Amino acid sequence: MDFELTQEQQMLADSAAKFAKSSSPLARMRTLRSHGKHGEHELGWEPKVWREMADLGWLGLVFPEEIGGLGLGFFDASLVVEKLATTLVPEPFVPSVLVAGSAVMAGSLEQQKRFLSPMIEGKTTLALAWAERRSRYATTEIETRAKADGDALVITGEKVWVLHGHAADVLVVSAKQDGALVLVAIEKGAAGLSIESVKTMDGQRAAFVKLDGVRVPKENVLAHGSRAELALELALDRGAAAACAEGYGIASAVLWMTVGYLGVRKQFGVAIGSFQALQHRAVDMFVETELLRSAAMLACARVDDPDVQERRRAVSIAKAQLEDGGRFVVQQATQLHGGIGVTDEHDVGLFFKRMTVLHGLYGDAQHHLERFASSPSFAAVG
Amino acid sequence: MDLSFTKEQEAFRKEARAFIERVMPPHLAQKAEVDGHFEMPETMEWHRILAAHGRVAPHWPKEFGGPGWDAAQRFIWNEELETSGAPQLSPFGLTMVGPLIMQFGTPEQKQRFLPKILSGEEVWCQGYSEPDAGSDLAGLRTTAVDDGKGNFIVNGQKTWTTYAQYADWIFCLVRTNSQVKKQAGISFLLIDIKTPGVRVEPMLTTGHTTAFCDTWFDNVVVPKENVVGPVDGGWSMAKALLGHERTFIAAVGLSTRSIRRIKRIASTTIKNGRPLIEDAVIRSKIARLEVKLETLRVQNYRALASAQLGHAPGPESSVLKIRGSEIHQATYELAMEVMGQDQLAWFNRDGLIDPLEQWVASNYNYYRATTIYGGSNEIQRNVIAKMILGLPDAGKA
Repeated sequence: MDFELTQEQQMLADSAAKFAKSSSPLARMRTLRSHGKHGEHELGWEPKVWREMADLGWLGLVFPEEIGGLGLGFFDASLVVEKLATTLVPEPFVPSVLVAGSAVMAGSLEQQKRFLSPMIEGKTTLALAWAERRSRYATTEIETRAKADGDALVITGEKVWVLHGHAADVLVVSAKQDGALVLVAIEKGAAGLSIESVKTMDGQRAAFVKLDGVRVPKENVLAHGSRAELALELALDRGAAAACAEGYGIASAVLWMTVGYLGVRKQFGVAIGSFQALQHRAVDMFVETELLRSAAMLACARVDDPDVQERRRAVSIAKAQLEDGGRFVVQQATQLHGGIGVTDEHDVGLFFKRMTVLHGLYGDAQHHLERFASSPSFAAVG
Repeated sequence: MDLSFTKEQEAFRKEARAFIERVMPPHLAQKAEVDGHFEMPETMEWHRILAAHGRVAPHWPKEFGGPGWDAAQRFIWNEELETSGAPQLSPFGLTMVGPLIMQFGTPEQKQRFLPKILSGEEVWCQGYSEPDAGSDLAGLRTTAVDDGKGNFIVNGQKTWTTYAQYADWIFCLVRTNSQVKKQAGISFLLIDIKTPGVRVEPMLTTGHTTAFCDTWFDNVVVPKENVVGPVDGGWSMAKALLGHERTFIAAVGLSTRSIRRIKRIASTTIKNGRPLIEDAVIRSKIARLEVKLETLRVQNYRALASAQLGHAPGPESSVLKIRGSEIHQATYELAMEVMGQDQLAWFNRDGLIDPLEQWVASNYNYYRATTIYGGSNEIQRNVIAKMILGLPDAGKA
């Protein structure tokens, strides 16, 4: 049992914290968001910053060296996620690198090189298109169909809430071919592919995607059958684990922002932080934040566990805890800030919205509670 | 980052579990199996069995009779004890006054008291709270006056002196000086409960057990050599107790056991022809509670790993008491819900309700105390607000 960061991990976390503070303070996200006071930004993020992240090695952290990555673990990447969350850095690190990138890893080495290496260099981004209007969080009960046509597959269907899908160079799309799941890579601009950019509550963007007979050559088919199912589930579990790391980053930022406010805001002639009712509320935020840290550690340390049951259990525990604890922290932060906490002008609302969005991503608490309760260990009472 | 125990630690756990099974006598094992209630004589019987095997005080240094285990082994041992359903050992001697005597006692005190705490020959209880001194403990009024002949004369009343009716000794905080700031005039005094003038009266708890007592002192003569640490230095003794190992206070093992019981009851309770555990709402409630417990378990592991490295308890451990006690209570709340109408039962004949359900209602009621004792959760929050969050003192900002 060891919870200490290695020297390398500490350096990585420090560099991400520094990046968040100096290269992407909260004001940057505020400017770039899709529905701020100052109007629309097409992308919501900046390619030059994406390249900076590539130069820091972050975009290749989790990928093998033979395709240009650093060959580190998911936990290392989660440290970056946690620190970037403290200023809500808008670049698509999680959806592109950790989630869609994970799905691409189900493909051949050649496919990994073709789709991941340019992203690792900061030239492209990816997105995972899996969810559908009528599938909720199910991965295989979907309506998008793949039909064989010679050497190619022809894909028809609709995908919703494709995170970062509005700008991705490559979409990884799930479809059913004669009852078996397939994962295919579709490049932007493919004939029959239409992408509608939509705004999300947190100021980011996603896409609703229509696939109308999109022809996918066989070299773009990443995985088929159970291999595709496992790869998709793993990608979403990585997303859920990343959400936990991000949620902890947000909670800690919001906690200390709130504690600072309690120390300076005066009413009745004293700092409101001297009132016991508010102190106890702040302590409960601290308790939940500490527990979110434990949950994030659990999910991020176990998400690469080769024992799939163990991985599912850990990720589902953490993601369910995130919804309970995360909601509490940002709601109480708003309450303790008073009216200003409900204005668009104050930063606490930015965190509130991002935390809220996290709950809906990669399976909500109810989805993960159900998965947890259906695990073999849950029923064991011996 | 590694959340696993080592192979050696897992082997230690296996051995511990087998050991507990092996040495627990049948009449205790039968109760443990159905999560029954143990009265103090049974608890002390278990204490003496473990003591005979050198395993009753894992956190005691070897020189005082501990087994010489490291923090992880102690943690595992404790977790296995808690999940076995065995009687919970009385903490007053083993984890409170014993370690305090080791840290601050005279050689004579160590020699006099420690071996009998360890063996279970002498049973201890705690005399801290008073009718008018609860969370504001420093306001205590029990006095100990120097008679000039080598004794203190003690007068006053202590309350919540849990299991005093079984105790041989009571450790008390008493006022030895009323001329100074209230915290500065307190001493830590060991009192033989059979001394003339000591009167113990058990009271019935809402769990229908006689755990609590009132204890009165009427001109009780106590030799001055029974003060631990300096006279008037008792407050820092009491505070030192709080700095001791805190990796057990989350009671994760007890809550694990409690959730297991909920599942066992829910598996045998039938609703609409199906076991209740298959009911989506109940499953969801159990899962949600277990998620909280499993998160707390990781939190506990963090505290343990920190203790293994020799660090003093940090922010990660201050969370343990608050959340651990809340979750423990919640497990009983859910058990009551799962029991349905059986929760009405109150100390009837055996067999009226499932033996597994027999003590749930009593425990549900009594364990409301877990968020009150050991420094109420509100006091814990005051401490975190000040020490960790750095918020200004109430009324002084």
